[in-house]
Amino acid sequence: MSEFVKRAVVAGHAEFAAGLVSAVEQITGRGEALVAVQVRDLCGEDIQKLLRDTLRETGACVIFTDLQAGSCTMAARRVLRDLERGVLVAGVNLPMLLDFALSNNPDATEAARAAAEKGRASVSVHGVPA
Amino acid sequence: MTLVLNRIDDRLIHGQVVVGWGQPLDVAFIVLVDDAVAESDWEQELYRMGVPPEMEVRFHTAAAAALLLDGYRLETRPGILVTADIATMRALVAGGGVREVNVGGIHHRAGRVQHLRYVFLTPDEQRALRELSNLGAVVTAQDVPAARAVPLDELLAARESS
Repeated sequence: MSEFVKRAVVAGHAEFAAGLVSAVEQITGRGEALVAVQVRDLCGEDIQKLLRDTLRETGACVIFTDLQAGSCTMAARRVLRDLERGVLVAGVNLPMLLDFALSNNPDATEAARAAAEKGRASVSVHGVPA
Repeated sequence: MTLVLNRIDDRLIHGQVVVGWGQPLDVAFIVLVDDAVAESDWEQELYRMGVPPEMEVRFHTAAAAALLLDGYRLETRPGILVTADIATMRALVAGGGVREVNVGGIHHRAGRVQHLRYVFLTPDEQRALRELSNLGAVVTAQDVPAARAVPLDELLAARESS
């Protein structure tokens, strides 16, 4: 039996979600709190079904997606509209997901909103000025 | 410039369209032709959300789009036209407004056979693509600009295992 309750679904292009979740697992050991879904080859309706089924089977109420314009984001918005609950965060990055995985907030949607701010603030640029 | 890509993609506006094609072609607008989306403010807002603010999105029914294509040809900026299915694109080809068709994504569904990684077709859809060609359109499959454009004959002959 897994120690961690599934708190979020991660979806994106190609192997993005699995890669991100594996990185969270390596860094925190809490990758089991996340479910990576792979949507390659699926039409929009099947992506919605996959997300809806995954949320129902895991009890998760948060979806992280990679790209604002991506088909996972489109599908997730439709699913959450139908469910009338949950949170979608589009534009996920590793710092964001680490913050979410490490959060002890029992409300996963609040943890997701806080993690989104963390992820937004985590981008920096270094190097010689142009 | 004008409509630089007429694409059949069941995901309509998504990453490959906005980023994959949109950025290298410097696309200024997307024409989304879909009867259901054209009637739904919620769906239109959903698609607009995924597009950068400098890129305009216009929504039309198939009937309305057929009447507007001449105007789009006069646009000085490059644009992409996208439909979710072959039948909608057929209406535009039959009206004489579209001469080149890009099959960008027709994904897995029951009854469809895989031809390319991103193209699955039923026998009826195979015939429908052939009909586009018979109507005078050049039909190729290509998901992203860096990929090879696969001619229709090769697309229909191809069979891939999932």
